[in-house]
Amino acid sequence: MGSNSIVSNRWMSEKMNCLDLSPNSNSDNEEEEVHVLAVDDSLIDRKVIERLLKISSCKVTAVDSGWGALKLLGLLDDDEEDKSSSSSSSSSSSAGFEGLKVDLIITDYCMPGMTGYELLKKIKESSSFREIPVVIMSSENVMARIDRCLEEGAEEFIAKPVKLSDVKRLRDYYMATREIRSVQSSVNVNKRKLQESFDVSTSSSPSSISPSPSPSSASPPSLFSSSAPCSPSSLDSPTRRIKMTSFD
Amino acid sequence: MLGWGVDRLRADMSRLLAILFHQGVLDEQFLQLQQLQDESSPNFVSEVVNIYFHESEKLLRNLRGLLLDREFSDYKKMGIHLNQFMGSSSSIGAKRVRNVCVAFRAASEQNNRAG
Repeated sequence: MGSNSIVSNRWMSEKMNCLDLSPNSNSDNEEEEVHVLAVDDSLIDRKVIERLLKISSCKVTAVDSGWGALKLLGLLDDDEEDKSSSSSSSSSSSAGFEGLKVDLIITDYCMPGMTGYELLKKIKESSSFREIPVVIMSSENVMARIDRCLEEGAEEFIAKPVKLSDVKRLRDYYMATREIRSVQSSVNVNKRKLQESFDVSTSSSPSSISPSPSPSSASPPSLFSSSAPCSPSSLDSPTRRIKMTSFD
Repeated sequence: MLGWGVDRLRADMSRLLAILFHQGVLDEQFLQLQQLQDESSPNFVSEVVNIYFHESEKLLRNLRGLLLDREFSDYKKMGIHLNQFMGSSSSIGAKRVRNVCVAFRAASEQNNRAG
């Protein structure tokens, strides 16, 4: 019937609007969207992870190497690059504005040139980027490897092949901890401001007030398992963190 | 008429896929790929499979080249190629290919050229 088809068409178009996950249409919600940097040397895996992330409403930038990732983030020193970059390479300390803003980094472990582990280390060593959660993917579930990554500060270790459920879980966990993280950083900012105002008001060096050694949290109380290798992410079911797929 | 053809094709494809699953050629990861295909990316599966074939061809050529070399001893290089092949196969659900790679790699790790 005519009236039925009109109703169903409208319902369909509404549904289509909801399904439209292209970044262009999400300009209002850009702050809501998680921007993920995916690093993998395999084109196939890059395509798959890109699609997995897009379908989970994430913005994706895919790159094929650790060096590529560091370049994008704006983390490279001149002498560390293999090829000299013609663009103005920023000094590593003030790289924030020239680099890409990402919320989460997901990287393959086995890559030529720079492994995912080395990339993880470089990110955690950088003061401006160490807060970004890093997830490692690997087809080999070697316990020693997993432990090493977690010890270095990896957020999670996902066994390949990566599934939709893995990505959804990651995104949900990230969204859930996002608020905590923003509170954390605003606390840090306030602490810094407080400290500065104290420094200005008191002419002599502050004696009674012991300033915190560094604004960035030395011991993050958040859910990042950067120290203890065995502590599971509290919001995640620990058993699924290391997903062992059954290979026949 | 066209509609009827499409249905027939779909039915054939389902049957073919069922056979492939049954024979262990494909595994559930292929299903994941299918889930990733939708209106915004309608050819995803065929795109990925095409890339896979393209890359596999290259890898197989490399492997063959290594093996044909009489003085072949670079098992490490072979291992690298195999890992790549294994990785991409498992990412798309090409179970049987992956399993062959596993066996291949085991033989290569023991420097077993005949294997």
